[in-house]
Amino acid sequence: MIFDWLIPSLIATLLVLAAIGALRRVNFWRAGQAEKVDMWAGLLAMPKRYLHDLHHVVERDKYMSRTHVATGGGFVLAMVLVILVHLFDIQSRILAWMLLAALGMMFCGALFVFKRRLNPPSRLSKGPWMRLPKSLLTFAITFFVLTLPAAGILPESLSLSNIGLTLVSLVLALLVLLSLGEMLFGMTWGGPMKHAFAGALHLAFHRRPERFGGGRSTGLKPANLGGESHGVAKPEDFKWNQLLGFDACVQCGRCEAMCPAFAAGQPLNPKKLIQDMVVGLAGGTDEKYAGSPYPNVPVGKASGSPQEIITEGLVSADTLWSCTTCRACVEECPMMIEHVDAIVDMRRFLTLEKGDTPNKGAEVLENIIATDNPNGYAPGSRTHWAADQNLAVMKDVKKAEVLFWVSDGAFDMRSQRILRAFVKLLKAANVNVAILGDEERDSGDVARRLGDDATFQSLAKRNLATLAQYKFSTLVTTDPHAFHCLKNEYADFDQAGALKDVEVLHHTTFLNRLIEQGMLQVDRFKGGKVTYHDPCYLGRYNGEYDSPRALLSSLGIEVAEMERSGYRSRCCGGGGGAPITDIPGERRIADMRMEDVAATGAELVAVGCQQCTAMLEGVVEPRPQVRDIAEIMAEHLVEQLVEHTVEGAA
Amino acid sequence: MLPKVLALVSIGRHPQSGRERRAEQDGRAVEMGLCLQERQLMHLSVAHAGNADSSVLRQYAGMGLSKLSVLAQQANEDVLSPLIDYVEAQQASMVLMGVRSEMGQSSGMLPYLLAERLGWPLLPRVAEIQSIEEGVAQVLLALPRGQRRLVSVALPFVATLDNAAKAPRQTAFGPGQRADIEVINTTSIADEVAAQWQFTPAKPRPKRMKVVKAKTAADRFKAATAKPVGGGGKVLKNETVEEKAQAIFDFLLEEKVIR
Ligand code: SF4
Ligand code: SF4
Repeated sequence: MIFDWLIPSLIATLLVLAAIGALRRVNFWRAGQAEKVDMWAGLLAMPKRYLHDLHHVVERDKYMSRTHVATGGGFVLAMVLVILVHLFDIQSRILAWMLLAALGMMFCGALFVFKRRLNPPSRLSKGPWMRLPKSLLTFAITFFVLTLPAAGILPESLSLSNIGLTLVSLVLALLVLLSLGEMLFGMTWGGPMKHAFAGALHLAFHRRPERFGGGRSTGLKPANLGGESHGVAKPEDFKWNQLLGFDACVQCGRCEAMCPAFAAGQPLNPKKLIQDMVVGLAGGTDEKYAGSPYPNVPVGKASGSPQEIITEGLVSADTLWSCTTCRACVEECPMMIEHVDAIVDMRRFLTLEKGDTPNKGAEVLENIIATDNPNGYAPGSRTHWAADQNLAVMKDVKKAEVLFWVSDGAFDMRSQRILRAFVKLLKAANVNVAILGDEERDSGDVARRLGDDATFQSLAKRNLATLAQYKFSTLVTTDPHAFHCLKNEYADFDQAGALKDVEVLHHTTFLNRLIEQGMLQVDRFKGGKVTYHDPCYLGRYNGEYDSPRALLSSLGIEVAEMERSGYRSRCCGGGGGAPITDIPGERRIADMRMEDVAATGAELVAVGCQQCTAMLEGVVEPRPQVRDIAEIMAEHLVEQLVEHTVEGAA
Repeated sequence: MLPKVLALVSIGRHPQSGRERRAEQDGRAVEMGLCLQERQLMHLSVAHAGNADSSVLRQYAGMGLSKLSVLAQQANEDVLSPLIDYVEAQQASMVLMGVRSEMGQSSGMLPYLLAERLGWPLLPRVAEIQSIEEGVAQVLLALPRGQRRLVSVALPFVATLDNAAKAPRQTAFGPGQRADIEVINTTSIADEVAAQWQFTPAKPRPKRMKVVKAKTAADRFKAATAKPVGGGGKVLKNETVEEKAQAIFDFLLEEKVIR
C-alpha cells in the first residue's frame, strides 16, 4: 500500500503519547504521601489478583464478567499482536491469525458492552462512557480489516485504482486514530480506558494486599499523632497508592447502588466521591462528571487541586459525615477501592484539626474523653446493670476462661436486656466467665469513626493495659463494633500482647459453639416468620454470616432471607457515628431497612447487635418485632435439671 | 490597637467521673473572648494560674489558641496577687472567667476580689456582650428563669460567665497539641488563711420546699416558671438611710444569715 508507513507511525505516535500520559499520571500519584509497598511482589501477583480476586467480585454480575473477559482479554491480546504485526511488521501468518481471533473475541465482547449501553441503568456513568463501546467495536473492526492481508485472506495489493486505495487507507487511518486514540491515548490521559492502566497498578500496589486470595482486611489504619497536621486535608495528603486507587474507578456505580446514605437521599454518593478525589488529584472541576450526583447537590460547582483543602470547594463536609462506614461500597467495588479509609482519613482532619464534628459529635467526643462512655454517665455505674447477675469480676478472680466484654450497652436499658439474655445462656452452659466491671471502657469505635483517632488510641491503650493484667483465653462480646475494634484494630497498639493468644469472638459465634458442643439446649421456636439482619460490623467487617443463621436453625427457624442479606446486607444506619452526626436526608436508613424486613413477610427480625436493635426499634410501629439472637435463645432455653455445683462457693 | 480581653481558665472537674476537664464556664469565657476577637472588637489572651502540665490546658488551646500563658502556682498558693500583676502587665481592659471553679475551694470569690483590687466593676453572670463602642459595652446579664438584663458598662471590667452564654466550641486535638504553653514564673504567696482551715466533705444542703398546690398542668407550669412574688417584701423609698439599713439588718437576722 502507498500508505504503508501511515498506520505504523500512527500506532507509534499514539504509543509515545500514551507513555507521556502515563508518566504524567504517575506523577499525580507520586504527589501523595510515602507508603511502603512491596513493588515486585505486587507486580508479580497482579495477574493473579486480577484473574482471581477482581473477577470474583465482577462475577456477581455474570453478564458483565463474561463481557469483560471477552473484551478486556481480547483487547490486551490484540494490542500486543497489533504492535508485533503492524508496528514491527513481523510477517507471520500465525501471528496474524491469532490477532484476527483476538479481535473477534473482543468484537463479541464489545457487542455486549454496546447492548448494555443501549439502555444503561442509572448507576452507570454516561458521557465518554457511552462512546466506549463504539470505540471498542471500531478498534476490532478496523484492525480486523487491516490484518486481513497479513493473514493472507486478502491479496497485498488490491486491484483498486490509486485514488481508491488512497481513500481506503485514509479512512482506515482515521478509524485507527479514533479507536486507538481512545484505547491508548485515553488510557493515560483520563479517558474511560484509564481504569485498565490505573486499575492494573492499583491491584499491584494495593494498600491492603491482605484482601487478595480470599483474605480480609477491614481495620482502619492508625493515624500518626503529633505532627504538623492530622488526617487528610488535601488530596496530596493521601498515601500515593490511595490516589492510584481512586484513579482505578470504572464508574460502574455498583457502590452507589449499594450505598444506604445515597438511597436515603443524604448528600453522599461513593462513586461521585471517588471521582471528586480524581478531580482533586489531577486538578480541575467536576463539570465533566456524567453520573448520578450527590443527592440534591448540583454537579459542576466543585473544584480542587492536590494542594487545596478538600472540604473547601471539592467535597462538602456533610458528604463525609453521611457515611455509616457500612463498607457496602468496598465490598461491591470490582476495583477494590477503599472508600471508607478515604472518608475516615478526611474526617480525621475535620475533627482533629478543625474541631468541626457536626451535631452531637463534639459532645459525644467530650463525654468519651471525660467519662470513657459516649453519654457521660458515671464510670462507676457501668456495672449497675449486672447488680442481680452474680457475675465474677476480673479484678477479684484475675482469671477466667472467658472474658465477657460488655460494651457501652451496659448503660442502655434496651441493650441490658440483650446482656442479661446472654448471661443467662452463659450460665446455663456453665461457662467460666468474668467481666471487667467498671474497669472496662468504651472500645473507641465511635471516636475512631468520627475521626478522633487520638481518643481512640488512648482508649485502646488503656483498655489493653487493663486486659493485660488478667488471664483468659477467649473474649466474647455482644457488640459487633467493639468486636471489630478488639479483633482487628487493637493489634496495632498491643505491644504487651494482651490479646495475642486470645480468641476474640462475637456472641453468636460463641453461642453456636456451645450449641454444637451440646452445652446448650433450646426449644423449637413457635412464632411466625423470622428474618435475619446482618450487622455490617459482623458480616462485611468480620465475615461472620453463618453462626447467626446456624443458631436460628437450631431453634428450628428457617430464615426468610431479605433480598439484601449476607455480604449485601443493607446497613441499619447506626454505624460510623451517623446517628450522632445526623446529616439530613429524604428518608431514614432504618426505615428503609425495616421495609426490607417487612417485604419478607417476617413478624420478627433477628439481629446480633445492640446498635441495630436500637435503630430498627426506632422505626415507628406497626412493624415487625426486633430481637437479638441471644434474647430469642434465652426465651427458648431448656433449663437442665441437673444442679450445677457452684465453683468456689464457700 | 484593639483593647485586650483576658480569659482566665481553671481546671474543671467532670461531675460524673471526677476527672479533669475543660471547665464549663471557663470554656465559655474563652468562647466569648474568641467571638470578640473574631468580631474584631478585642484581642484575646488566655491565662491559667496553676500547674502547666495539665492536659486540660491543651483542651482549651484546641479551641484555636496559638498561645496559653500559665502563671506557675502550687495548689496551696494564693493566686490573687500574681493574677492582679498579670492583668496589669497585660494592660487588659476586660477579664472574663467562670462564676466559680469546679474544684478546690470553689468559693466564687476570685472575680470579686480581682474586681475589688483592680478597682473595676464586676458583671456577674454575663450571657452575651452585644457590642463595644467607644469603650462602652452593651452586656446582657443572665437572671433566673431565662430573664435577661441589659446593662451598659464602660471598660475596663471583670465579668463572670453564666451557663447561658454561648457554649464553648469543640476542641481540636492537633492545634491543642501544637499550641505554645508559656510558663510565667511568679512570686509565690502561700495562702496562710486557707492553710489553717479544716476541710470536710460537703453535705447536701436541705432545699427550701416550695409547696405547689396546683391542680392542672397549666397551673403547675405557671408555678414552675413564674417569677416568685415575694409577698412579705417591703419597699422603702422615702425613709432615712438608717431606717433602710435597719430594715436590711433585721431581714438578715430573720433569715438567720447573721446571728
Ligand atoms: S460505607 Fe456505606 S454509607 Fe459509606 S459510602 Fe460506602 S456504602 Fe455508603
Ligand atoms: S468506586 Fe468501585 S464500585 Fe464505585 S463506581 Fe468506582 S469502580 Fe465502581
